Amino acid sequence: MTQPFRIPGAGRLTPAKTVRFTFDGKAYTGLEGDTLASALLANGVHLVGRSFKYHRPRGFLSAGAEEPNALVEISRDATRKTPNVRATVQELYDGLAARSQNRWPSLGFDVGAINNLLSPFLSAGFYYKTFMWPKAAWKRLYEPNIRAAAGLGVAPGEADPDHYAARFAHCDVLVVGGGAAGLAAALAAAETGVRVILCDEQLEFGGALRYESGARIDGLGGFDWARQATGKLAAMDNVRLLTRTTAFGYYAQNFVGLTERVTDHLATPGTAPRERLWQVRAARVVLATGAIERHMVFADNDRPGVMLASAARAFLNQYGVAVGRTIGVYTANDSAYAAAIDLKKAGVDIAAIVDLRDDPSGPLVEQARSLGIEVNPGRAVVGVGGRNRVSSMIVQPKGGGGKRTIPVDALLVSAGWTPSVHLFSQSRGKVAFDAESQRFLPGQYAQDCVSVGACNGTDGLAETLNEAFAAGEVAAKATLGETSAGGGGNARKVDASEDWAGGMLGSAPGAGADTTVKAFVDFQNDVTAKDIRQAVREGMRSIEHVKRFTTNGMATDQGKTSNMHGLAIAAETLGKEIPEVGLTTFRAPYTPVTFGAIVNHARHELFDPTRRTAMHSWAEAHGAVFEDVGQWKRAWYFPRPGEDMHAAVNRECVTVRRSAGLFDASTLGKIEVVGPDAAAFMELLYTNPWQKLEPGRCRYGIMLREDGFIYDDGVVGRLSADRFHVTTTTGGAARVMNHMEDYLQTEFPHLNVWLTSISEQWAVIAVQGPKSRDILAPLVEGIDLSDAAMPHMSVREGSICGVPTRLFRMSFTGERGFEVNVPADYGQAVWEAIWAEGEKYGACAYGTEAMHVLRAEKGYIIVGQDTDGTVTPNDAGLDWAVGKKKTDFVGIRGLKRPDLLASGRKQLVGLKTVDPKVVLEEGAQIVQDPNQPIPMTMIGHVTSSYWSENCGRSIAMGVVAGGHGRLGETLHVPMPDGSIAVEIGSAVFFDEMGERLHG
Amino acid sequence: MLLIRCPYCEEERPELEFRHAGEAHVARSSEISDISDEAFEQFFFIRSNPKGIVFERWRHLNGCARFFNAARDTVSDRFLTTYKAGEPKPDVAGLLK
Repeated sequence: MTQPFRIPGAGRLTPAKTVRFTFDGKAYTGLEGDTLASALLANGVHLVGRSFKYHRPRGFLSAGAEEPNALVEISRDATRKTPNVRATVQELYDGLAARSQNRWPSLGFDVGAINNLLSPFLSAGFYYKTFMWPKAAWKRLYEPNIRAAAGLGVAPGEADPDHYAARFAHCDVLVVGGGAAGLAAALAAAETGVRVILCDEQLEFGGALRYESGARIDGLGGFDWARQATGKLAAMDNVRLLTRTTAFGYYAQNFVGLTERVTDHLATPGTAPRERLWQVRAARVVLATGAIERHMVFADNDRPGVMLASAARAFLNQYGVAVGRTIGVYTANDSAYAAAIDLKKAGVDIAAIVDLRDDPSGPLVEQARSLGIEVNPGRAVVGVGGRNRVSSMIVQPKGGGGKRTIPVDALLVSAGWTPSVHLFSQSRGKVAFDAESQRFLPGQYAQDCVSVGACNGTDGLAETLNEAFAAGEVAAKATLGETSAGGGGNARKVDASEDWAGGMLGSAPGAGADTTVKAFVDFQNDVTAKDIRQAVREGMRSIEHVKRFTTNGMATDQGKTSNMHGLAIAAETLGKEIPEVGLTTFRAPYTPVTFGAIVNHARHELFDPTRRTAMHSWAEAHGAVFEDVGQWKRAWYFPRPGEDMHAAVNRECVTVRRSAGLFDASTLGKIEVVGPDAAAFMELLYTNPWQKLEPGRCRYGIMLREDGFIYDDGVVGRLSADRFHVTTTTGGAARVMNHMEDYLQTEFPHLNVWLTSISEQWAVIAVQGPKSRDILAPLVEGIDLSDAAMPHMSVREGSICGVPTRLFRMSFTGERGFEVNVPADYGQAVWEAIWAEGEKYGACAYGTEAMHVLRAEKGYIIVGQDTDGTVTPNDAGLDWAVGKKKTDFVGIRGLKRPDLLASGRKQLVGLKTVDPKVVLEEGAQIVQDPNQPIPMTMIGHVTSSYWSENCGRSIAMGVVAGGHGRLGETLHVPMPDGSIAVEIGSAVFFDEMGERLHG
Repeated sequence: MLLIRCPYCEEERPELEFRHAGEAHVARSSEISDISDEAFEQFFFIRSNPKGIVFERWRHLNGCARFFNAARDTVSDRFLTTYKAGEPKPDVAGLLK
C-alpha cells in the first residue's frame, strides 16, 4: 500500500482517484481532494520544513490557513515558482512538485541547524545588539550572512508569466466565512431577495462541519446540512458563492478585498487567470470567520508530529488520514477529546490523554473513558522525545513529581480556541476582553458589520445558528430600510453539537519563568516563551514593543495561533491583567496576497502607456533614434549611414541654419482658452500683459506659482478677441491644465472662460530655417506668408494641403520659422508633403537633441532644465516678460518676497569654457576659487551644455550667484581630473542681434 | 478605498476618481499684491494640519472635473460632508451630532 496512513472507510475522498506528486524530488501518491499536507501525512511524512531562525525540524501544526510551519515551494516550471505556500492549503493536483525551504544540504540533515545550538546568541532582538560592532561589518558581513541563514522561501527570479483578473463587485450583504454561521447568515439574508456574496477560503463550504462529527442539524449530519445549504444558495440568482476565496483585508466604508485562487489547484491551468482580485463594496458585512485553535506552550512543542487536535480530526474526517499509529493528546479543554474519540473509533491507538484540568468532566470525557482511553487529569506534558519526529511525550503532575515517558508518534494539542477577530480589527472595530472566557471579542463596531458564531465568542452550534440566521436577516432588512428582530421562521433544530469553550493561555507547566526550555509561542517567527519574558525584562512595556522586539505575531502569520499566548506571557511577566496590556493591531492581509493579484492588469503598457505622435511611424521609417520624454516617444536624432549621434546632431544643427529642418513638436501641451473673459483670465495666469495683444499675434508667456517661481512657459497665440491658443511644455501639459482649472473654478469663478485641452487634437510640424517660407509657400492656401503680412510671432488660420491649419510664425531656433498645426489625423500626410518640398532645398528632419542645441545657441531656456522651481523671471533674465503695470497675476506677491528680491540670487548666465573644445557636464558645480580645500564654496551649477557646430565651440548655460553682475569674470568647474575655467557672459551665442528671426 | 460624494454629480463615487487638492478656505486676497509679508506667509505657507476635522479641497478629476470642499476626520478617515466650492464652511458641531 502506497499510502500507509490512509484509513479505509474514513474521510470523503474516493480511493480510486489517485494523484501523483513529488516532495523534494521523491514521488508519492495522494487522492483527488487532498491537500499537499493530507497527502504527505497519508504517506507518513511529517518533516516538511526548517524553522526561520533556528532551523529546527518542523511538521504540520494545522490543517488550514493558520499553518505557521509547513511552508513549501510549489513550482510548475522554471518561471512559476511560488515560495511559502502553506502545504495545508495547497490542493493536490497531478504532477504537483513541492520542495522544502530554508535547509541545506537536505531537509533531514541541515547544516543551518547549528543556529539551534547558538540560540543563546540568537534570542529576541539579537540583531539589534550583537551585530552592532564594528559598524561597517553590518552591511558587508553580518546582514548578508544572517539573511542567508535565516528566512523562508526564495523569491522567484523571473517575471511572473501568469495573468490575473480583477472584479469590482457590489452587494447588500457580504458574508465572510462559509462555516455553519456563514451559511446560516447567507441563507437568511438571501431569502429576503437582496444581493448576497458568500466567500470562504476552502474549496468547499462547511467550515468546521467538515470534521465535526458530533454535529447534527435538521436531522442531517453537519456536513450534509452544509452541502444542502450550499445547494440552496447556489440555486438563488441573488447569491454569488465564492470558494477558494480569502477575504484578506477590510478597509474603509465596507470595502473588502478578496482573492480567489482560480487555477492553483489545477494540473493544467489553461488560459484562465491564476487568481482573481475582488474589490467588494457591501452595504452590510457579516463576519463569520470562526475561531483558531491554540497549541500548548511546552518544551520542544515544535517537534514534527505535534499538531492541533482539530487538525488531526480534519485529516481523519475529511481526508481519511491518521496522523500516527500511537497518538497522545495534551489538552486544557474538551474539544481535543473529540479528536481522540474519532481516531479511536477509526482504529487508531490513543496512548493517553493528558489534561491540565484537575477534574475534567462532561459527555466527551465520559465517552473517551468508556472507549478505554486513558485520561490523566491534572498533568502536563513537559517535554517530548524524538528529533525529526516526536517519539514520546514526557508526562508529569502539573505541581511537579515523577515523570513518565509515554511512546507516541503523534501528539495532539489544544489550549482552547481563539476567536478570529482579524477582519473585525482591520475594520477599526475595538475588541473587548471577556474575563470570563479569557478571550478578546468584538466590542465596539466602527462600520456596518456584525460578527456571528465562533468569531463572536458564541460557542454552541444551536446558539451559533440562531445568532447567524437572525444577523443575516437583520442585515438584509436594514439594506431594504426595514428593521427586523431576526430569526422569524428560521429556527433550525440542532440535534447534537460539541462544546468548544474553555482552555488556557500562556506557558504550560515546565515552561515557566524559571526554565530555559524552548517552548514555542510563534512557530513561524521562532519566538519562545523565554523570548517574550526577555523582552519584558529588557524594558519593553507595551505589547506593541514586545511584538516588534521579538517579532511575535508579525509577518504573514499575524499571530493566528500565537497572539494570545504571547500576550498572556507578557502580561504575567509584567504583573498586569491581559486587558491592561492590550492586543496588538491586526494588519491586512489576513493571509499573504500575491503581488500578481494586487498589480493585476496594471503591467507594462496598461500600467505606463506609451504615447506616440501622429508622425511617429514616419520618423521610425527614417531611422530616428527615440528618447523617452515622460510617456512620449520623441525622435532624438536621425542618423544617416555611418553617422554617430554626435555627427548626426552636428549635421542637423548646421542644416537648419543653412537651409531648413522639420521637427515634430506635437508633444507640446496645448490648451484653448475661450470666452468673453479669456484675456482677463490670461492676465491673471501669466506674468505678461494680454489685453492689448492683437488677434493674430503671439507672445511668449511665463506662468508662475503663487510663490513667484517659474512654473511653465510657452508661446500663446491670440486667434480672436475671445480665443487663445496656449502652448505649454511637454511635461507640464497636464499640471498646467489643472493649475488653470483650479484658479478658474475656485479663485476667479466670476470669469466667463472655458478651458479645453487640445494637445492631442493638433499635430505640430515645426519648419525652421532660412528656407522655411519657401518650403511652405506652395502648400499653404489662404495665408499671406510674407514678412510684412505675417511677421515673427504671429498666427493665422487657413489651410495646408487642403487641411485646416493654425499656422504660427514663431521660432525656437532663432531662425525664420513656422509651426504648422494640423488636425492630428492629417499630421503624417502633411508632414510628408512638407518633407517632399523640403528635400528640394536640402532640408533635414531634426530631433530633440538638435532642438536643444539650437535653442541653447540662442539662450532660450527650457523650464525644468534651466529652471528648477526656485528660479524667478528675473533670475532667468526674463524680467521683460513681467507686466510692470499689472496689479494682479498669480505670483505677483510672491515675487516681492524679501528673499526673491535679495542680492546674490542664482541667476542664469552663459558659460564659455576657456578651452573651446571642452564640453562641460550638465549638473557640474561652479566655484570661484578652484584651489579652495574641500568642501568648496559652490556658487552655482551648469544647467545646459552642448557642442555647437554652428559656433565652432562648446556652449553652456548655468545659474551663478549674482550672475548678472559677473559678466566677464572667470569662474571654475572642478571635475575629478582637474578644474575647467569658464568665462561668464551672455547666454546668446549665435546671432546676438536676433536678425535671422525676421528673415 | 473611500467613497466620496461629489456635490456636483450628487453621488458617491470611488476615491480613484478623485484627487486631493490641499486645504480648503485658504482665501486668495483680491488685493494680493499689497498684502504684508506676514499675511502672505499665512496665505501661502501655513496650513492647519490638525488631528481631527479638516476642511480640504478635492477634485473630481476623472468625473465632472470640478473642485469642491470636504470636511473629513483624519482619525477615522470619515467624510462628514462635501460641499461646493465657494460655499461657507459647514458647522462641525452640527455634523458631529
